[in-house]
Amino acid sequence: MDASEHAEPVLRTRVFDSDDLRRALTRIAHEIVERNHGADRVVLVGLYTRGVAIARRLADAVGSFESVTPPVGALDVAFFRDDIGLRPVAPLGPTEVPDCAGRVVVLVDDVLFTGRTARAALNALGEFGRPAAVQLAVLVDRGHRELPVRADYVGKNLPTRLSEDVRVRLTEVDGGPDGVELWGEPA
Amino acid sequence: MRHLLSIGDLGGRAGIEQMLDLTATFAEVMQREVPKVPALRGRTVVSLFYEDSTRTRLSFEAAAKRLSADTMNFSVATSSVSKGESLLDTIRTIEAMGVDAIVVRHRASGAPHRIAAWADAHVVNAGDGRHEHPTQALLDAYTLRVRRGPTLDGCRVAIVGDVRHSRVARSNVYALHALGCEVILVGPPTLMPESTDGWPVTVVHDLDEVLGSLDVVYLLRLQRERIAEALFPSIREYTSRWGLTPDRAARLHPDTLVMHPGPVNRGIEIAGAVVDSDRSLVTEQVANGVAVRMAVLWSLLGGGEFV
Amino acid sequence: MSEFLISGGTVVDATGERRADVRVVDGTIAEVAEGLAPGPGGTVLDAEGAIVAPGLVDIQVHLREPGREDSETIESGARAAALGGCTAVVCMPNTTPAIDEASVVHSILERARSAGLCEVQPAGCITRGRAGVELAPIGELYDLGVRIFTDDGDCVADAGVMRRAFEYASALPGAVIAQHAEDPALVRGGHMHEGAWSARLGIAGRPATAESSIVARDLQLAALTGGRYHVLHLSCATSADLVRAGKATGIRVTAECTPQHLVLTDAACAGFDPTFKMNPPLREQADVDGLRAALADGTIDAIATDHAPHSPETKDVPFEEAPPGMLGVETALAVAHTTLVAEGIVTLGHLLGALSWRPAAIAGLDAAGPEGGGHGGPIAPGRPAHLCVFDPQRRWVVEGERLASRSRNTPWEGRELTGRVRHTLYRGIPTVRDEEATR
Repeated sequence: MDASEHAEPVLRTRVFDSDDLRRALTRIAHEIVERNHGADRVVLVGLYTRGVAIARRLADAVGSFESVTPPVGALDVAFFRDDIGLRPVAPLGPTEVPDCAGRVVVLVDDVLFTGRTARAALNALGEFGRPAAVQLAVLVDRGHRELPVRADYVGKNLPTRLSEDVRVRLTEVDGGPDGVELWGEPA
Repeated sequence: MRHLLSIGDLGGRAGIEQMLDLTATFAEVMQREVPKVPALRGRTVVSLFYEDSTRTRLSFEAAAKRLSADTMNFSVATSSVSKGESLLDTIRTIEAMGVDAIVVRHRASGAPHRIAAWADAHVVNAGDGRHEHPTQALLDAYTLRVRRGPTLDGCRVAIVGDVRHSRVARSNVYALHALGCEVILVGPPTLMPESTDGWPVTVVHDLDEVLGSLDVVYLLRLQRERIAEALFPSIREYTSRWGLTPDRAARLHPDTLVMHPGPVNRGIEIAGAVVDSDRSLVTEQVANGVAVRMAVLWSLLGGGEFV
Repeated sequence: MSEFLISGGTVVDATGERRADVRVVDGTIAEVAEGLAPGPGGTVLDAEGAIVAPGLVDIQVHLREPGREDSETIESGARAAALGGCTAVVCMPNTTPAIDEASVVHSILERARSAGLCEVQPAGCITRGRAGVELAPIGELYDLGVRIFTDDGDCVADAGVMRRAFEYASALPGAVIAQHAEDPALVRGGHMHEGAWSARLGIAGRPATAESSIVARDLQLAALTGGRYHVLHLSCATSADLVRAGKATGIRVTAECTPQHLVLTDAACAGFDPTFKMNPPLREQADVDGLRAALADGTIDAIATDHAPHSPETKDVPFEEAPPGMLGVETALAVAHTTLVAEGIVTLGHLLGALSWRPAAIAGLDAAGPEGGGHGGPIAPGRPAHLCVFDPQRRWVVEGERLASRSRNTPWEGRELTGRVRHTLYRGIPTVRDEEATR
């Protein structure tokens, strides 16, 4: 997610405000339950950093209309990335993955872009047992895939330029109101 | 950070804490069912040990393997280090094979620095002469943190024994001080550094004087060869004045911890019963070596963001 | 007939400083005056903006031949000396074989003559094989022109032997007993100055007391015997104070120190680079300051480099395994000018005295001798034309690869210096012209 190299990037569009974000997550929560015929076998695993917060919110949302709240895990994919040695890579948080043998793992991330993080997450997940299935939920899909990866649940499809920057803000991570913004070169 | 030759290369408290946090991450990896990550797949880590030390060498090798790196071993013990060959020529041979990191232990202080000047590979100091042993200090600090909690500010640590000839002591002095500890050196004057100008330490010759006020007693191994150098008269006299005997251990505060870099001379610098007691962190120190070394190798080769 | 006119420079010697041209004819200074015109067939050597001084005399260099020709030969060392402005050097006797018999002196003099780059006066050993027990044939060596006697590299530790050496040499006018002052019992196993840095780097040290205790003892032996004593490469403030006190009580003592001991400290060893390893070691700032003061007040008579070439293979090893010693003869004047003169510690005239006429006097090279002699000036008609033309403004960067020595172990690698030797004349013939050796 590279911002413009030339001028300081500026806010171009407010994609979601806090209400939009809430509605999107509620819809995704319903879709997850619908697709998997209930929440019993579902495990939500968030990818650091904001994916973990979103996973927790999704779990709470599911728990609010189903009788069960799915377990939430957190996954750091630093050691599974394919760009180690090309750029600075640092682990972001402790990995805690609940038992997922025979269950459906829904990986949760804030933005889907090249697909490399998702691929690293699939590799990492492989070290923790064999789930029945793995699905991917993202708040924003900004395009520009470099690998054959697609999301099962999408909050918003947002076509972007490579030079633009999608910024997701969550109260529990960034402080302030929730939102999704698109930043780029001044017009 | 290109090389880890001395604790100073970590850039002070922030850098050391970052490395210790990273160690915790790898400690968690080691608990997994598959305690291995592909992080350094395709990279090669060479051990070049001019001084025999099976334990440290294996610890580094295990660390490299758990990061999925390939390893190679040159050690005096297996005679693969050719005796007639100069260090420079050995390094050239190793580099010609295409390696990413060289972990070196050598009896001459500063040997890793020379290697770093000659080689393109990253260099990790696994102990050079009397100078430093940075990964030992890191695993010591990590072990202490796990037992005592993440802040070591104000922790009173006495390093007891032959500090003059100890690379472990030097690295520990800098690391513990950086993390906020108060460091006291204890031993006979002939085994204290020739000058402690600029060292963030207090020097004391009477162990009994400070025993009751310590949070940690860190014992150094005593070497018999020092007797021939007229540095102290006998083992018996050393043990009676500076050994952590059962009698002295009984006078420690109940929460005081005991550490030793190993291998332990039971009955000399420390009584066997004390090594085996609850306050002793010796086994944890050994156990934490691999995670620390994984953190170090990852930091150098994984392109980690470093202070 | 050969004639050279050194034109446009400022002449500086023991008598003072004056604008003058210098005409050299057939090896002798013919005229020293302003506005000289070149004679027919004479060559002009440009000295515009430069100082014209007597050729420098480095009384402590290691030429390594015989025995270690891989690191230096008499010819390569003499060329380096000429490029440094020297017209004479005294070479140390720790060769293989050592200079403790006449045949070795003969062969060295022969090699020096055929190189023809500067005068080489061999120093002789004090004891046979430098073993510190029996006296070397001091008289026989003296007859061949040796004046400085030393076991350099090693200290004559036995006070009884040192006393006998003083007594025996006192019968030979001009003979000097020179000591490498480092008590072996105190420096055993040490590789750098014992102090805060050695403790931090984990390297066994060589305390300053190892030197000063020997200097103190030797001064008393010199007083006892009336002998002539010279302290080689003095390295600490305490030794300087002892020499000062000794001179004040009339003891016949002279002292030298190296350029590196006047500039560098033990902090230079922080990177474990053996380029900075030497005996006696680089010491603390207080010692550097003490040596500078001693140079300025005349306690230290001369600057001598202890030029110690070591081939790269021998220095490309861990610090404690490397042999001690640094190159110096080619850069001494430039280094001292860039630091001491620029910082006002000494004047250029005083510095030239320390590099030329005072060491010449210590070694007896100021007088006429079997290989020529007459070094150190003054620059006056009738004197042998041993001259150094030095441009004090010329900036240059030291590169070990490009120095004339066979070795490259210079501590000044990459340093920019202000001042460079432009021409050197030995016996009236340029050995260096426009900063290049002529042979």
